[in-house]
Amino acid sequence: MLQVGLTHFLVVSAILFSLGIYGIVTRKNAVMVLMGIELVLNSANINFVAFAKYGNYGLGGQIIALFVIILAAAEAAIALAIVLNIYKTFANVNVDEIDKLKE
Amino acid sequence: MNYYDIIFYLFAIITVGSAVFVVTTRNVIYSAFFLLFTFFGVTGIYVLLGADFLAVVQIMVYIGGILILLIFGVMLTNTITNVEIRTGTLHLLPAAIGVGVFMGAVVSVMIWTDWKSQPVANPVTTTKSLGYLLINEYVLIFELLGILLLIALIGAASIARREKE
Repeated sequence: MLQVGLTHFLVVSAILFSLGIYGIVTRKNAVMVLMGIELVLNSANINFVAFAKYGNYGLGGQIIALFVIILAAAEAAIALAIVLNIYKTFANVNVDEIDKLKE
Repeated sequence: MNYYDIIFYLFAIITVGSAVFVVTTRNVIYSAFFLLFTFFGVTGIYVLLGADFLAVVQIMVYIGGILILLIFGVMLTNTITNVEIRTGTLHLLPAAIGVGVFMGAVVSVMIWTDWKSQPVANPVTTTKSLGYLLINEYVLIFELLGILLLIALIGAASIARREKE
């Protein structure tokens, strides 16, 4: 049980995923929602790398994790730009109050 | 328990503990700084899994790039002088119950499934092999992601700088 194996990494990843979902669901601030998304992406990456090592599948898992990191960077940049525009238009970034596509 | 296990538990506690603070604290700035420790813990887990290049990429892109971007987002969208830098919450109890049930289900699946487990005996450095893979087997995805990143950054800059008429 204390000997660290694949299961331990998977459990850490599952907990991280759930916490990310909790953050996405409960926070109002759009930037906090983004942080929840980053947690979810990180947990998925841990899964990829853990399976790549323990399943002995070569480096494919690490390559996919690399691609996920690149996509996360692009996603964060776009999302921050949108959040800045929302702040300019509505003067706050609470996701439950923004219900118009234009003013 | 050998050193590997102790280090794993250390990084796991750092990761999960600071992730809990990220999603429970109300101050957005505190969340951003706890997110730093979460990313750091995930980096340690990558190293334990023998992914050295990925760990360095994690530090450079996540901690050096995305986290700074998020902190900029917090700073630019909150009125700091009014100490209005908090986040509201909604549906705390239903969300906690739902996520708890979900987490129990996923964790029990993870524990009770009989995963194939034949770990690589001796971890090797991955940088050279990853480079070969990126420009041979995965070259199309690599180039497409480069173009995607370029387009995304240009688009982000043009969206963020758009002036209101």
